[in-house]
Amino acid sequence: MKFLNHLTFGQYVPADSLVHRLDPRCKILAVLVVLTGIFLARHILVFAAWGGLLFSLAVLSHLPFRLVLRSAKPVLILVFFTAFIHVFFTDGTPLLEIGFITITREGVSGAVYMGLRLLFLVLFASFLTLTTKPMELSDGLERLFSPFVRFGFPAHELAMMMTIALRFIPTLLDETDRIMKAQLARGAAFDRGNLWKRLKAFLPVLIPLFVIVFQRAEDLATAMEARCYRGGEGRTRMHPLVWRTGDTLGALCVLAIVAGLIVGDRSFLS
Amino acid sequence: MKTDSKTVCELRDVTYVYPGEASGRVPGGASGQEPPEASGAVSTGRRPALSGVTLRVQEGEWLALLGSNGSGKSTLAKHLNALLTPTQGDCTVFGLSTKDLNNVFAIRSAVSMVFQNPENQIVGTVVEEDAAFGPENQGLPTEEIVLRVENALRAAGLLAKRKKPTYTLSGGEKQRLAVAGALAMDTPCLVLDEPTAMLDPQGRRELLDVLRSLHEGGKTIVSITHRLEEILRCDRAVVLVEGRIAWEGSIPGLFAHSDSFRKWGLDAPPLVSLWKELRAETDLPLPEIPTLTAMTDSLCRLL
Repeated sequence: MKFLNHLTFGQYVPADSLVHRLDPRCKILAVLVVLTGIFLARHILVFAAWGGLLFSLAVLSHLPFRLVLRSAKPVLILVFFTAFIHVFFTDGTPLLEIGFITITREGVSGAVYMGLRLLFLVLFASFLTLTTKPMELSDGLERLFSPFVRFGFPAHELAMMMTIALRFIPTLLDETDRIMKAQLARGAAFDRGNLWKRLKAFLPVLIPLFVIVFQRAEDLATAMEARCYRGGEGRTRMHPLVWRTGDTLGALCVLAIVAGLIVGDRSFLS
Repeated sequence: MKTDSKTVCELRDVTYVYPGEASGRVPGGASGQEPPEASGAVSTGRRPALSGVTLRVQEGEWLALLGSNGSGKSTLAKHLNALLTPTQGDCTVFGLSTKDLNNVFAIRSAVSMVFQNPENQIVGTVVEEDAAFGPENQGLPTEEIVLRVENALRAAGLLAKRKKPTYTLSGGEKQRLAVAGALAMDTPCLVLDEPTAMLDPQGRRELLDVLRSLHEGGKTIVSITHRLEEILRCDRAVVLVEGRIAWEGSIPGLFAHSDSFRKWGLDAPPLVSLWKELRAETDLPLPEIPTLTAMTDSLCRLL
């Protein structure tokens, strides 16, 4: 169960860095641009460039690179599963044939690219939470969505829900760990048997976890109400968002890098 | 109805039945003419969480609400913050009725609450962010919020950790953060619902020290507990049994009724048991309240 103690996705890591100081709106928009760029990447050299960018960003954010990489751990299964599907279910030029299974050149390259895409998506997205306080993130989202409020879009509610979800990630991981240990002490076996047996063994973990989550949600709602919370109405901020020149420069810099990589991918490398 | 200016909260003949435990309002309604015994809640075999509770909390006092599990302490506390409104009877905070929805924001800005489990009341992921949650909801200007958060964190002994993520705090620190969150709202009254229940002895001591200094600073405190050793510095105690006030009076008066502790579902701490035995068996001039210091002095004199 040690892995539960090492998950970093969704956690904020305080540091005094250029990236930490950027306006959350700038970071959210930059992440969206970066994610688009990653989706459009088609050449292995461009992926290598994305890797270099990731490393530079970690240095610029004063975050240990290992900590950043760790945030991809929860989605590794998804990455492998996607790669697996691509390897075995893509038509094309046969590379290897074992009985009725045919592995194609397109399948292998598709698996590598899709795996890398997913991996980079998560790693770059995790920078947002690693370098931005959830309250700032929620404020940023709220401000970005505020033009849609007039059409009935619940901007504040969505932003607050996200903040609370992020706030409770470490708590719920602790809780899961605790329940799993309790079930192990009572003879549960999470790492034995076939996939079906292992999934079944997780049921006694999931049921109490759901009960706890609902209890916590109710308690938190009561505590928030007691602290005068009544939605976004009349709410002020301790750190109001201010868009500075540095944010404009940062956003332009990200835009230029991503545009450069896309153009490079399309015109030269391809 | 306006109450005396020295009164912070007042409950008059309050009965509360949780929704689902009875068909909502107790027959007899808000008129309060019908006693709860005659109500549907009782006739269906369901007991109201509070029955005919009348209580006044005075400005600047430290009131201890005592009782065993299920005695109605938390239900009563939630009435003081307008989280619950009486099924029957009246509850006012600074003269404002909790039943009037227009008063709720003013009431919650006057009475802040700290709950039992600190983990379930922390909203922010960074210490100062969480402390600022209440003042932000109150719509205060940024400079005022910054000042209040700093003062609250200093009072709770967490100023050095203001930039730390909340998940890195110990249990005691988390509960002190919950207190800081309530203090930052700068309310004249603070209600604490078993704040020490999930703390180790060190965390408990730290929190009680914070409360003591707040009380010395003039804050009205309502502290819910079933640990008698935590109420020695309180001004007054109210014992709840099955939703009714079984006893009300001073702390020395409470200890004079130590024979009733078992009946009230309270457990006398060893120090109180010793004090009681010595009072019964010796002519020693024992203190009125069995604090550790006073008892040590008395025993030293005996030896």
